[in-house]
Amino acid sequence: MAFTNEQLERYSRHIILKEVGAKGQKKLSQAKVLIIGAGGLGAPAALYLAAAGVGTIGIVDADEVDLSNLQRQVIHTTADIGKPKVQSAKETMEAINPDVTVNTYHTFVTSENVLDLIGDYDFILDGTDNFPAKFLINDACVMAKKPFSHAGIIRFKGQLMTYVPGQGPCYRCVFKNPPPKDAVPTCKQAGVIGAMGGVIGSLQAMEAVKYIVGAGDLLTGWLLTFDALKMEWHKVKLPSDTSKCAVCGDHPTITELVDYEQAECDMKK
Amino acid sequence: MKLTVAGKNKEYADGITVAQLVELENVETPQYVTVTVNDEFVESGSFAETTLKDGDTVEFLYFMGGGSATLHQYRSID
Ligand SMILES: [Zn+2]
Repeated sequence: MAFTNEQLERYSRHIILKEVGAKGQKKLSQAKVLIIGAGGLGAPAALYLAAAGVGTIGIVDADEVDLSNLQRQVIHTTADIGKPKVQSAKETMEAINPDVTVNTYHTFVTSENVLDLIGDYDFILDGTDNFPAKFLINDACVMAKKPFSHAGIIRFKGQLMTYVPGQGPCYRCVFKNPPPKDAVPTCKQAGVIGAMGGVIGSLQAMEAVKYIVGAGDLLTGWLLTFDALKMEWHKVKLPSDTSKCAVCGDHPTITELVDYEQAECDMKK
Repeated sequence: MKLTVAGKNKEYADGITVAQLVELENVETPQYVTVTVNDEFVESGSFAETTLKDGDTVEFLYFMGGGSATLHQYRSID
């Protein structure tokens, strides 16, 4: 596949980078990335991945756009209120870049559908807001041998890590089991500064692009944290011994996917 | 003794335990924090028995969800 003149111009700032080049841009155009959650993290990530010319982008979300989303979920506009988030996200991505094919999945992720959802994709972005989903995505990616970016944001803080099969610890290596519901602030009125989704979601898109083009070092074996009030970044080295992990270790005890109990406020209406 | 806690140089009394450090550092939701000392996990049940020594590097890893509240979540708080 050769690039058209228009594509050469559209992607010129990528192609000029020695770490990307025409070769890397071609890899992007052939890549398939799945974004789970079209919210605070998924929205900015989707914008950058579409703009970058990732050939196929899947987006999963069961919700509709709500007024309270617009403070941070920059892929949706006021006119989109009431529309499925996946539909609104698809329209924006296609408007940014008609080269991109967007697949929408208007559903929650569950133990029943997660392997089917991730199966077709090369890289997964976890942009969910609750621990049951985060553990489910981790376990499914470990079982299906899929690389993924984990991230979380709350108040003025954010963090992310990248899992690549066989190259470092998974989310469960570090966090073991979901906290009991409501034990750790998530959906309660903890709040989050809107731009935090932009910071951390953009970094998730960055990891996906680097993975696809094969540039630099990923956050495998590291947890990168950001405190916006102090304007401090901290890169935490994660223990490299994964042998005892319940899902990615040498003798896994988790061999089937589980739906942990959702916190009450995360439950379907 | 000198410790490196979350990337920062700190001075603490000799021989304090991980459990004491968790308290002194005002760790949020301490029962759910993951702790590493010199890039090794400290088992969550053994904070009180794990004594720190001069030069140790300690990290606290926190659960972080999404922080986003959709409409029905918001309503459940009203
Ligand atoms: Zn693991």
